[in-house]
Amino acid sequence: MGDPSPGNTILGVETSCDETAIAVVERASVVRSSVVSSQVKQHAEFGGVVPEIAGRAHVRELVPVLAEALATAGIDNAIGPDGVDAVAATTGPGLVGSLLVGVSAAKALSLVWGVPFVSVNHLEAHLYASFLEEPDLELPLVVLLVSGGHTMLVLMEGHGRYRLLGSTLDDAAGEAYDKVARYLGLGYPGGPAIDALAVDGDPTAFDYPRALVQENPDTLPDDRRYAFSFSGLKTAVVNHVRNEPDAPTADVAASFQAAVVDALVTKARWAVEATGAVGACLGGGVAANSLLRDRFAGMCSEAGVRPFVPSRAMCTDNAAMVAAAGWWRLQSDGPSPLDVGADPNLALPLIN
Amino acid sequence: MLILGIESAGAQVGCAVGGHEGVLASAHAGRGRRHAEALAPQIDFVRRQAGIELSEVGAVAVDVGPGLFTGLRVGIATAVALAQGLGVPMIPVPSLDLMAFPARWTTRLIVPALDARRGELFTALFRRVPGGIQRVRDANVCTPDELSAELEALDEPTLLLGDGVLRHADVFASLRGIEMAEQGLANPSARALVQLAHARAMREEFVQPWELEPIYLRQPDAQINWSTRAGGA
Ligand SMILES: [Zn+2]
Repeated sequence: MGDPSPGNTILGVETSCDETAIAVVERASVVRSSVVSSQVKQHAEFGGVVPEIAGRAHVRELVPVLAEALATAGIDNAIGPDGVDAVAATTGPGLVGSLLVGVSAAKALSLVWGVPFVSVNHLEAHLYASFLEEPDLELPLVVLLVSGGHTMLVLMEGHGRYRLLGSTLDDAAGEAYDKVARYLGLGYPGGPAIDALAVDGDPTAFDYPRALVQENPDTLPDDRRYAFSFSGLKTAVVNHVRNEPDAPTADVAASFQAAVVDALVTKARWAVEATGAVGACLGGGVAANSLLRDRFAGMCSEAGVRPFVPSRAMCTDNAAMVAAAGWWRLQSDGPSPLDVGADPNLALPLIN
Repeated sequence: MLILGIESAGAQVGCAVGGHEGVLASAHAGRGRRHAEALAPQIDFVRRQAGIELSEVGAVAVDVGPGLFTGLRVGIATAVALAQGLGVPMIPVPSLDLMAFPARWTTRLIVPALDARRGELFTALFRRVPGGIQRVRDANVCTPDELSAELEALDEPTLLLGDGVLRHADVFASLRGIEMAEQGLANPSARALVQLAHARAMREEFVQPWELEPIYLRQPDAQINWSTRAGGA
């Protein structure tokens, strides 16, 4: 932990889905504290995130998480030279009732401490998770962002300069995991359950479809080349298990996972090769998946680019990445107005 | 002691500052459901109008519901963060008390009814007592017909008020001895919040920010909304 420089201590707040998270980060590089309270157990019996349960839990967790984040960072008095210099919060995309809890709290803290408020895009925050752990990552960089809500390939050309190469046409990868796991009776969340079971299964047992994946990427239309589609895969798995109820669940899980990871890694490789990126990194909750981490790193070495796979804690939702993205946004755009609301469909700011 | 009050349980969002001298400044806004956008600038405005710094605030009062969930949480999240950031205690006050208090001039039974949507109301029964009001039936969620039947059975002069009453006025129109308050008393008041909270502060009826409990009165809908979930990452 280096000496905190004045003007650079950012408190980040993240409540876009089912994690209540607050962190204190210096200059988008030194994490002084990062507290995450996960509600996953409260949603498990319903097989997905229940918005009203999430909203209530965020209110309940807000004060304990804030107190722990400040105490761990060693901040007794947040006002003053050793205090907090700006408050950043995720304003979207996400569940509106959840987002509003964090946004409201962050704006209140900015008023109390007399410091700027910074609105942060959750997807941009995921892009900055890698930089927190590897500050000298070089650009341009291909980022494969995979979570319960999003699946996209982004070319990061500079700080705040992104091109969207492609995204999912239907379900997000994490959503496909949750739906298949629910069908197989594996519980929620689906990613870790399938990942754990797949270890004991044969990934080649069943040949599930890899949508929009073929030998030669150039034969795909431009708008489909880096696109993903997982809804057909989910249907194929469900139909298969319905027709062949004795198929070993571990083999089904392993074959499903192989199909998802194949599609993700193949498209990431195409993106790396076509853009001339010097590195590639993973982000989002599904990036905690063990097969995806292995295959992604292997692909990067084969393609001769520098891979970066963040720690599992940095892949899943956290507020350190929000504080980091907030620091960069504060440098480029300055503070956000206090009448910013939450936008459940907020898009990643792109260049063309 | 200076008290900052925040109210966002109904269609409006409001903020007030006051103490021994009464309410020093207040603001209410009610255009659409834009509580989160309006509240922080409103707090800063009210603070300036009152001529104080936030660091002078000794307690944060907040409307803890019942009310519309999302708006209610905007006010509560703002209030607990303010209190925690300032290191001061909180004074929770229910929304229906804030509606009944400004009607304490009447000798009638006071019945606030907040529009709970889905054809239901949040209601409670109050009576005037020296120096204020007293709740004589706790808050519940009921249909306008159920409230109408309750009032018919009580059969006494009653003042009905609130946006829920205005919305379902036809249900209550034929009741005997009923008076319906107009628009001016239809929403919980941040001014009433500071006045009620001041009395409680004198009695040191405080809670800490981590102890504050919202009053929801309804269980959450356990519906998985995949399309909404798809909005988040
Ligand atoms: Zn996320």
